[in-house]
Amino acid sequence: MNAGEEITLRVWRGDAAAGRLVDYRVRTAEGMVVLDALRAIQATQAPDLAMRWNCKAGKCGSCSAEVNGHPRLTCMTRLTEVAGEGNPLTVAPMRAFPVVKDLVTDVSWNYEKAKEIPPFSPAPRDPDGRRRMYQHEVERVQEFRKCIECFLCQDVCHVIRDHPENKPKFAGPRFFVLLAAYEMHPLDTANRVEQIRQDAGIGFCNITKCCTEVCPEGIHITDNAIIPLKERVVDQHYDPVLWLWRKLTGRGKTSAATPPPSR
Amino acid sequence: MGREPYETHPYDVLVIGAGGAGLRAAIEAAARGARTAVICKSLLGKAHTVMAEGGAAAALGNVWPEDTWAVHFRDTMRGGKLINNWRMVELFAKEAPERVLELEEWGAVFDRTPDGLISQRDFGGHRYGRLAHVGDRTGLEIIRTLQYKMISMHVDVFMECTVTHLLTDAGRIAGACGYRRDSGGWLVFPTKAVVLATGGFGKVWRYTSMSWESTGDGIGLALEAGADLIDMEMVQFHPTGMVWPPGARGILVTEGVRGDGGVLRNAEGRRFMFQYIPEFFRAETAASEEEADRWYTDKRSNRRPPELLPRDEVTRAIYREVKTGRGSPHGGVYLDIATRRPPEFITRRLPSMHHQFLELAGIDITKDAMEVYPTCHYSMGGVRVNADTAAATVPGLFAAGEIAGGLHGANRLGGNSLTDLLVFGRRAGMHAAEYVSTIRTNPNASRDQIDDAAAALLAPFSAPGDESPFDVQTGLQDVMQEHVGIFREEAGMRTALERIAALRQRLSRVRVSGTRQYNPGWHATRDLHSMLTVAEVVTRSALERKETRGGHSRTDYLKTDAALGRVNIVAAQRHGTIELAVEPIPQIPDELKRIVEEHT
Ligand SMILES: Cc1cc2nc3c(=O)[nH]c(=O)nc-3n(C[C@H](O)[C@H](O)[C@H](O)COP(=O)(O)OP(=O)(O)OC[C@H]3O[C@@H](n4cnc5c(N)ncnc54)[C@H](O)[C@@H]3O)c2cc1C
Ligand code: SF4
Ligand code: SF4
Ligand code: FES
Repeated sequence: MNAGEEITLRVWRGDAAAGRLVDYRVRTAEGMVVLDALRAIQATQAPDLAMRWNCKAGKCGSCSAEVNGHPRLTCMTRLTEVAGEGNPLTVAPMRAFPVVKDLVTDVSWNYEKAKEIPPFSPAPRDPDGRRRMYQHEVERVQEFRKCIECFLCQDVCHVIRDHPENKPKFAGPRFFVLLAAYEMHPLDTANRVEQIRQDAGIGFCNITKCCTEVCPEGIHITDNAIIPLKERVVDQHYDPVLWLWRKLTGRGKTSAATPPPSR
Repeated sequence: MGREPYETHPYDVLVIGAGGAGLRAAIEAAARGARTAVICKSLLGKAHTVMAEGGAAAALGNVWPEDTWAVHFRDTMRGGKLINNWRMVELFAKEAPERVLELEEWGAVFDRTPDGLISQRDFGGHRYGRLAHVGDRTGLEIIRTLQYKMISMHVDVFMECTVTHLLTDAGRIAGACGYRRDSGGWLVFPTKAVVLATGGFGKVWRYTSMSWESTGDGIGLALEAGADLIDMEMVQFHPTGMVWPPGARGILVTEGVRGDGGVLRNAEGRRFMFQYIPEFFRAETAASEEEADRWYTDKRSNRRPPELLPRDEVTRAIYREVKTGRGSPHGGVYLDIATRRPPEFITRRLPSMHHQFLELAGIDITKDAMEVYPTCHYSMGGVRVNADTAAATVPGLFAAGEIAGGLHGANRLGGNSLTDLLVFGRRAGMHAAEYVSTIRTNPNASRDQIDDAAAALLAPFSAPGDESPFDVQTGLQDVMQEHVGIFREEAGMRTALERIAALRQRLSRVRVSGTRQYNPGWHATRDLHSMLTVAEVVTRSALERKETRGGHSRTDYLKTDAALGRVNIVAAQRHGTIELAVEPIPQIPDELKRIVEEHT
């Protein structure tokens, strides 16, 4: 694909009732990303084409969609990067969530799950009124806090992708990441293990790692969040002392030292 | 549409906006017992604040113990070229540390110093390393922390809804109305108080670091309700936006790059900023490259590099370099950190910059220089507020964050916005709740007001004409970029005003196709009303200020005029037309004046 060339984007148009793929021709420009192409269509051919975006820089997690069947941020997907996957390029809404219109899906389930997670509850401050945490202690938590809530991991997770009936019992990888961020926070005092096992339904996850593969922030969702949480669930059940030790020291058998999974 | 059933939600306080300011306001109002809701145009957690990179400025003194609120006060006043509201700056500098520390109570995890405290980085215009940060994704950390804190307090959130009108009753706020973006359904909020936290208006320019949401809706809402605006000519063009590829033009390159050692060079490879040190800052700026380089590790015996002058100075310098033909191939200058810091340092301190350039431009910033040019970034001006209460000039209306004016004067220092959101978001929430508790008779908006607002919103579906909202939007952005951009002059601004009037005519001929369900063309049409109003007020205020100061630079008045340093330009809407007034700045008490003058 060269700049100035015309390409075809095959975009899913429709609503909750029905929809179909519609072809649009777009003239490409240097460095163009899928979102640029969609906005060009919106500006000149289909002003009512619905989609979400905000930052155009991979920071807000609004522009999630399935490009050629892969969950991606459209603002960070260059046309040249996906051109080789075949022509035309298809853009469809995330499949795990009900369609509102075109590329916009109803992601409210995620916001409902968010409400179920008990808030951070810190230990008292140091006597001088300050809080001390060391960089090496907070780094693993900072990895989880990079999450931009794009919900691509939720979209790809097979537990819910074609099984809406599992949604009430399962929080999904995004919220395992959030639970891990609190659970491994050096100052958090809450015991979240029962929540992780029961309400969040971590047992449903069979560590396929699909979530990790799509995460645009490169968070090692399975290795660094889910597996350590699963271990804590087991420990608390069989070895409460070990659980407490892990909670206090922030250490788990599989820790942040795990090498990144190959992509 | 006559009388379709309106969805009605009564509250004590409605907070419009879910950026840092809105979330912090909602937390405070709810904590003080007010029945509170938040409404926002995007999904929760996606507001512009999420994009903030470098950090939040507060004189915690963790890295430089000599840093105090007084030095922060001084830096902010001087950065704002002294037309700031001194009382806002005082409250801000004093309360900033507490507001940042409070985020830790709610789970924020800032980068740490070796002794376990919050680390603080250098930024332009700040005498000491002062920005609490998380790599270069500080805004994300702050918005997530506030978002989850607010969720735990059971504040109601109306996501993907747009407020189009404020309701009033005998000059007091009586609520707001708007529509759901997904269904197009009409929403009415009868409330006692409203907090405006709608953010800035960078989308009025062609090249901007801001998101589509930043259309300045709060400006239109405030004017219509009768509130005053202040300093609307003061628009910040951040020195470093991306210039290439075209689709990425305007996206921000954080000042953290320069704070962490990056320097600006022209096409000849020269560090040109040494040629552009203004008299006002000469005494506190390094005179040689050697001194500048030593400053990063020894701030006591060296002065700050000129790359870290306040943003307006750096922006003007880059503009001049490019204008005189010493620019890069795509019309920018070079920002080089690759030759100055080791790759591990760069990827650890600036991970999202590294990612952004690699993904969008195919450039590895640990190896090559970035090409940058100024991009529209921040609006210093906005709704005029009482410094202590964040109250606008209309009873029941409060404003905080980027939509409020006064704190930053003529130019905002980097890092001062995020703390502004916290300090004044809290104050707005607190005083809105207090105001609500003093109300004896509830305000009541007339049904006509609501019907008229709804009719106006639906008009484009049956408008005579075939204009495209997106064409009108681009037209406006081009006019503002060309005539009311970094440098302005009288004739150009007069042309701009004529074009804005013509675009307003075109807006009345915009015809929207499709249904009310999630229809971006319709939404963009609505946003154009705010954008055109913003464009007019900014241009008219800019015509009035016949000097160069901070974010307002004029080719026909290149010098700063001391007399104009004693006034603010105030705008208000009376009987449907915008009127300007020139008002004296609040008199600064002597002991604070001394602080501004000493410490240099
Ligand atoms: C790329 C970038 C980096 C930055 N980095 C820094 C930094 O490091 N440090 C710093 O201090 N500052 C930084 N800034 C500036 C800072 O991020 C912003 O000034 C600040 O986030 C504004 O916050 P806010 O709460 O006022 O508004 P915003 O975060 O802009 O939120 C506005 C809210 O209002 C809502 N809204 C608007 N209109 C309506 C309407 N009509 N109806 C309903 N809702 C509405 C929006 O949906 C949104 O929720 C940066 C800015 C950018 C663009
Ligand atoms: S690893 Fe677990 S959470 Fe992730 S996609 Fe697979 S099943 Fe879902
Ligand atoms: S964990 Fe990654 S994929 Fe999942 S929501 Fe967060 S950023 Fe997106
Ligand atoms: S638009 Fe923000 S991540 Fe794509």
